[in-house]
Amino acid sequence: MHSLKPINRKARKVEAAVIAATGDVQALQKRGGEGKIYYPMGCTLNFTPGWEVDISGGVAGLCQPVERDLFDCHLGCGWPAQVPDHLNNAVDWTDKCASATNDWRKIDIVFP
Amino acid sequence: MSTTEALTPALTYRQCEFHAFESAGTQFVYLVPSGSIFAIDKIGREILDRVKDISPTREELVGFLTERGYAPAEIETSLMELEFSEVIQRGDLIPPKPKLPEKNFPLQRVVLNITNQCNLACTYCYEYSEDKISKTDGKPKYMTPSVAESSIDMLIKESGDRPSIHVTFFGGETLLNFPTLRTSVDYAKRKCAEAGKHVEFSLTTNATMLNEQIVDFISEHNIGVTVSIDGDRELNDKMRVFSDGRGSYDVIVPRIKMLLQRHKTNSIGARVTLSSGNSHVRRIYEHLTQEVGFYAVGFSPATANPNRLYSIGETKMETVLQGFEDLAWEYRDWALAGRQHGFTNVNDTLKELHSGMSKAYPCGAGLGLLGVGTAGDISLCHRFVDSDVGKMGHVDKGGVDHAARDQFLGTHHIGARYDCHTCWARPVCAGGCYHEAFVHYGDTSAATLHYCDWIRGWNDLCLRIYGEISQQNPSFLDRFSEN
Repeated sequence: MHSLKPINRKARKVEAAVIAATGDVQALQKRGGEGKIYYPMGCTLNFTPGWEVDISGGVAGLCQPVERDLFDCHLGCGWPAQVPDHLNNAVDWTDKCASATNDWRKIDIVFP
Repeated sequence: MSTTEALTPALTYRQCEFHAFESAGTQFVYLVPSGSIFAIDKIGREILDRVKDISPTREELVGFLTERGYAPAEIETSLMELEFSEVIQRGDLIPPKPKLPEKNFPLQRVVLNITNQCNLACTYCYEYSEDKISKTDGKPKYMTPSVAESSIDMLIKESGDRPSIHVTFFGGETLLNFPTLRTSVDYAKRKCAEAGKHVEFSLTTNATMLNEQIVDFISEHNIGVTVSIDGDRELNDKMRVFSDGRGSYDVIVPRIKMLLQRHKTNSIGARVTLSSGNSHVRRIYEHLTQEVGFYAVGFSPATANPNRLYSIGETKMETVLQGFEDLAWEYRDWALAGRQHGFTNVNDTLKELHSGMSKAYPCGAGLGLLGVGTAGDISLCHRFVDSDVGKMGHVDKGGVDHAARDQFLGTHHIGARYDCHTCWARPVCAGGCYHEAFVHYGDTSAATLHYCDWIRGWNDLCLRIYGEISQQNPSFLDRFSEN
């Protein structure tokens, strides 16, 4: 904290509670005060193709090229990603990809 | 506009409860009731001063700080921190209602008064003096091994999930009943091994009965020892006398030296009772550490009705606080040099300040600790054994009286001690000793008001020492982080 520096153990607990209550929303990969990178919880902890960063914070470990649009976004996430229209124009986009871990190469490229 | 501002647009800032203090050029705040300690910077202090002076609105406060040259982002951050940490707030101060402990709070310690007999006749003794509250008529003089074993069974049963429990042996003079002490230690170790618990022991003694055989037993079983002694021959023998008036100093000192030399497996502390004839803190401390050889010495004023001749009185208490302060600064000097000083009153308070303890009760009596008298009567603590006050069952007749215990805890909670509600020292004090209150006011639930100024003075002193150590030798405080 800025004005208050915790001295005893209880003060460190108060500080943690204050930070938890007042902490800001962090952009992905923004470096925090201690040099930490904020990773989104959830997606990167699973095998989910196309997320922005892998679990190490880079793109080398992604299961599909980062240029490809997000596979998971178009089903399970509200993020406005540019993914094929699953409901109307590209209903069978992922039909050949039963398991993303094994079959990600079979995801079709869709041309609008 | 922040969310909090939007919710409370017209309210003015007030200070929450805290005690501000300065040490070694740094400003600190000790927050109440949380017990947290923060160093506070310049803008923080200016905010507190302004809030104290005029109770400003947020707009007024931001305007004042802007004029003082602080940047908007810094003002915003500082105000948010001070508000969320509950150093300042907008609107009236409404302290949170303290919570009562859970029912059947697990027991951690029993104090077994294994005898109500003593071979000394110390003038100030609360068990035998004019302020005696125990009624030992018709009670056995010595606790039998059977009663002690029932007490240990009760402790194990009532300790719930606690992995470690503690048995303290007390008296009278504890070592007058060494046979029960010895069998109790063996029994407790066996039963705790069966129950998968760790057990520790301690005892208090006047040292008159110590011999090599007893000391070897104490050492073998890692028993912590507290020795009652009041200083050098002249000071000790004023009050600590045999029934014929003979002083005890010459009898006990050779035995204490033998104890210190032979017993290395647990702590040995001296416990000094200060009274009207004996308030020479430094003289006592230096004698007991340098001449007798103690590493740890703790002081406590005699508990007494103020009309008693040996009652320490207000004037003497000022002398005592000066003596404490003198020794406490010496403790500080040692701590800054990385050395452990033996003045345990400072050490104990620093430990509580370091953890940020915020007590709902002044001590563990009735909560994690119970006393047991020679006949097996359970009481609030060892000081109330066999008295009409604080009865809490019998070890062989139904065990702990939980209804009586709950009733006591409900009426003695800090929330029920109205005198304490505006005191900044209540996280550490919580109203003071029940026995002290009973002897002084005839009421265990009364706050020990005759000590209030003294306790605030003492806690302020220890906070300043803590603050200085935290800035200049913080690694010294690591020793308080255990557990």
